[in-house]
Amino acid sequence: MNLIILSGLLGVVMMLSGLFIKNNRTISYMAIAFIAILFAVNVLEINTGAPLVNLPLTGMIETSRFGLVLNGIMLLAGFMYFWLSGRHIEKVGKHVADYYALIFFIFAGVGISTSFSNLLMLFLGIEIISIPLYILTGSDKQNLKSNEASLKYFLMGSFSTGIMLLGIAFIYGGTGSFSIAKMNLTSSPLSYHLVTGVLLLLLSMAFKVSAAPFHFWTPDVYDGAPTVFTSFMATIVKVAAFAAFIHLFADSTGVFPRDKWRLIISIIIALTLIIGNITAVFQQSVKRMLAYSSIAQAGFMMFAVFSYNGVSTEGIVIYAAAYCFATIGLFAILLKMEDYTYEGFNGLAKRNPALAILGTIFLLSLAGIPLTAGFFGKYYMVASALSTGGKYLWLVIVAMLSAAISVYYYFRVIQAMYFKDAAIQEHSMVAPVTLAFKVGLVVLAVFTIAIGIIPQLVLQYLYF
Amino acid sequence: MLVLLFILIPLLAGLGLFFTNGSGMAKTISLIASLLVLGVVWYAMYLPDTNELVQYSRVWLGSLGSNFDLKMDGVGKITTLLTAVSFPLVFLATWRNDYKDANQYYALMMLTQAGLMGVFLATDAMLFYFFWELALIPTYFLCSKWGGDKRIAVSFKFFIYTFLGSLLMLIGIIYVYFKTPDQSFAWSSFIQADLTPTEQAWFFWFFFIAFAIKMPIFPLHTWQPDLYQQAPTGTTMILSGVMVKMGLFAIIRWLLPIFPDMSAQMATPIIILCLVGMVYASLIAIKQDDIKRLIAYSSIAHIGLMCAALFVNNASGYDGAVIQLFNHGVNIIGLWIVVDVIERQTGISKMSELGGLAQQAPVMAVLLVITALANIALPLTNAFVGEFLMFNGLFTYNPWLALLAGTGIIFAAVYTLGMIQKVFFGAKNELIKVTDVKFAEIAALAIIVVFIVWIGLYPAPFFKLGAGELAEMVTAKLPG
Repeated sequence: MNLIILSGLLGVVMMLSGLFIKNNRTISYMAIAFIAILFAVNVLEINTGAPLVNLPLTGMIETSRFGLVLNGIMLLAGFMYFWLSGRHIEKVGKHVADYYALIFFIFAGVGISTSFSNLLMLFLGIEIISIPLYILTGSDKQNLKSNEASLKYFLMGSFSTGIMLLGIAFIYGGTGSFSIAKMNLTSSPLSYHLVTGVLLLLLSMAFKVSAAPFHFWTPDVYDGAPTVFTSFMATIVKVAAFAAFIHLFADSTGVFPRDKWRLIISIIIALTLIIGNITAVFQQSVKRMLAYSSIAQAGFMMFAVFSYNGVSTEGIVIYAAAYCFATIGLFAILLKMEDYTYEGFNGLAKRNPALAILGTIFLLSLAGIPLTAGFFGKYYMVASALSTGGKYLWLVIVAMLSAAISVYYYFRVIQAMYFKDAAIQEHSMVAPVTLAFKVGLVVLAVFTIAIGIIPQLVLQYLYF
Repeated sequence: MLVLLFILIPLLAGLGLFFTNGSGMAKTISLIASLLVLGVVWYAMYLPDTNELVQYSRVWLGSLGSNFDLKMDGVGKITTLLTAVSFPLVFLATWRNDYKDANQYYALMMLTQAGLMGVFLATDAMLFYFFWELALIPTYFLCSKWGGDKRIAVSFKFFIYTFLGSLLMLIGIIYVYFKTPDQSFAWSSFIQADLTPTEQAWFFWFFFIAFAIKMPIFPLHTWQPDLYQQAPTGTTMILSGVMVKMGLFAIIRWLLPIFPDMSAQMATPIIILCLVGMVYASLIAIKQDDIKRLIAYSSIAHIGLMCAALFVNNASGYDGAVIQLFNHGVNIIGLWIVVDVIERQTGISKMSELGGLAQQAPVMAVLLVITALANIALPLTNAFVGEFLMFNGLFTYNPWLALLAGTGIIFAAVYTLGMIQKVFFGAKNELIKVTDVKFAEIAALAIIVVFIVWIGLYPAPFFKLGAGELAEMVTAKLPG
């Protein structure tokens, strides 16, 4: 609740500041300070359980601890993102303050999508996230690929929003209410309106989290967008979409018998994992590889929608943290590279050992190797599926096989960094890194390893 | 509390080494650290199982029901001792090798030791899985960075292979965890897990495949000869001497107690698989020209026999396999030391290009012959004790299978003696100059010879180490 109001306000402040402050650095520092404030008020809300201002929004917005913890993770990730990539946001174009303002508006949308209790608010939240993203994707105006990506994203995104609206309309037809609590209709006979609506909502949400077979926009958009915004889209926005997805059906899977629900979701998961991982193997550019890997990681996060139990609630929190921290760190390193292919990473361990070792930690976390947060993310996801019984063992096996495939492409980067020598070429150079940048990466790595040893560091906030 | 040191000393030494400079310094630190571990482990060998010092427990992942539980008992003592003995031997024997970025090499070696110790001590399935993976990561870096020409592809194959196995095991661990009476990862809860026959049938294989890849058992062995050939020899010693024992150890510690019925039912197919693999690997070993590949295949054959002996459902096979865990470890390290000495000086590992080395290096020849004789399990050597017991066990189980294994042993004599003959005797290659082994290598080989003769003549202390609660439980649970 704090997040929604404050983030919207700060976004406006940010936007106006662009008129008066001409120094881009100052704007970046302001943004870092603002997001720190957002994080602080969110922590305050977790601790006190009450927002700063109480607005009568019953039936529209209901904050839950789960949503607040996810907010916290996303804000922390956003803070680290500003810290590491601020300089690159400044370089994208002339309207630096506007970019930051758009990101703060997105955070307002994030706040809504973790706490809505009404389908209209869901729609608002998702749209507040999406529209600024369309702009950010196209923010590199001179670059045709960026323009193309933006248009593609906009068209596909609007289409899926349309489907979402249609679904909401059907649900209204079935239940006579926009409240997500009312979606839980267990009494027979089943309303076909409701079932159609829920299915349409499921499809549009699967699009938003880029789950197969609705993932086709992802690689192009992620590849075309300015890399610094890809980092934001692939992490915080994706987690926000998942938060909405999980929250949306948390009470309402009773619409279907669980078995049927799980059957549908399990097919989506299996497709997402297989397509994401196998396509990632064939990529030559690390940026595109990370785009496909984000599809594959979404497959794992979908387990939370599959199982809906205590384990999966804990799991998605860990997974979100692990995935955000590692991906933001990797993208920050990628931004320093002149060449985005695997060859561009050759011999990085010699040229810049600190970047190489930190990058390795993030890659190990994404691959799910023990002692990193990624391991516990995958552990909880698999455990949540297995705790539902042995019926979906095949799905778990598919997940594990794809995790093994993912090692292939993550480790290619490690191999390039450590075991291959760079040809002496100009394009394999690394941009100079500042001490603050290194410290930022170290902080992310410390988070990654700390959660990998003691996941309770994060999970304790879920409970009183 | 003491057991914590087994892991902490190499871990801290390893992490510290990353921040040092210079080859000599790194060698000294790692040798001292590994000797320190050996000292602590040796002391712990004299303590009874129930002693407080050989156990450690601490709450770790409270809500998950997983604790940081370490305990040294039974077969764990044998493998822990092997790990502790191996590392100083390896450091000593490769003292004259120079590695680029030596501090990193030795740091990763120490981290490997920490991981291995953890695997052998953990009595909590989650912790076991952690260490299982942690032993793998440094090895991957060691092989990829310091190995031969094809190192990157070969170590990658090794990594993906074992990682896939580990993931299957992880599924198994999580599933069994949900079936434990108190939702805990503790070993004591795992063995009480309530599994239906169908579940046992599935998850038995999940665990077994993970362990079989690590050992490796035919037909999952394809990563192994390439890796042994390409990896730096010091790492190969650890891989073949200690790391393959993880698979065998895990069968004793986890597989047999958790799935007693399934283990008994599946014994015959697994034994046949192991023995077929043994004969197959031996036949390939005979045909090899590269000494490293020969030893690699010989290792597959020996491990196959040990794995078969674990499933024969009797105490004789079990005892033999447990003592052989240690014997095979020291013997194969001995063989690698000689290979390393030859390769360092000549750069050749092909037997057809070597020959007549005995004239140039008589001390090395003598020490090698003793180690090689142990490799073919001649009486009075340590391997004879182990293999005799394993054969006895196998014979009781099924004489025909024992016959099959017997052919494998005969082949072992063929290729081992063939190797000695081609490398040390026979026509001398005039182009090759070899000086004899120096102090460090003599010391390492001498220690190995001492173990060979000691266990060959008086194995009782080692049997006593391997005995204990776990051994009784495993053999008692086996019907027959």
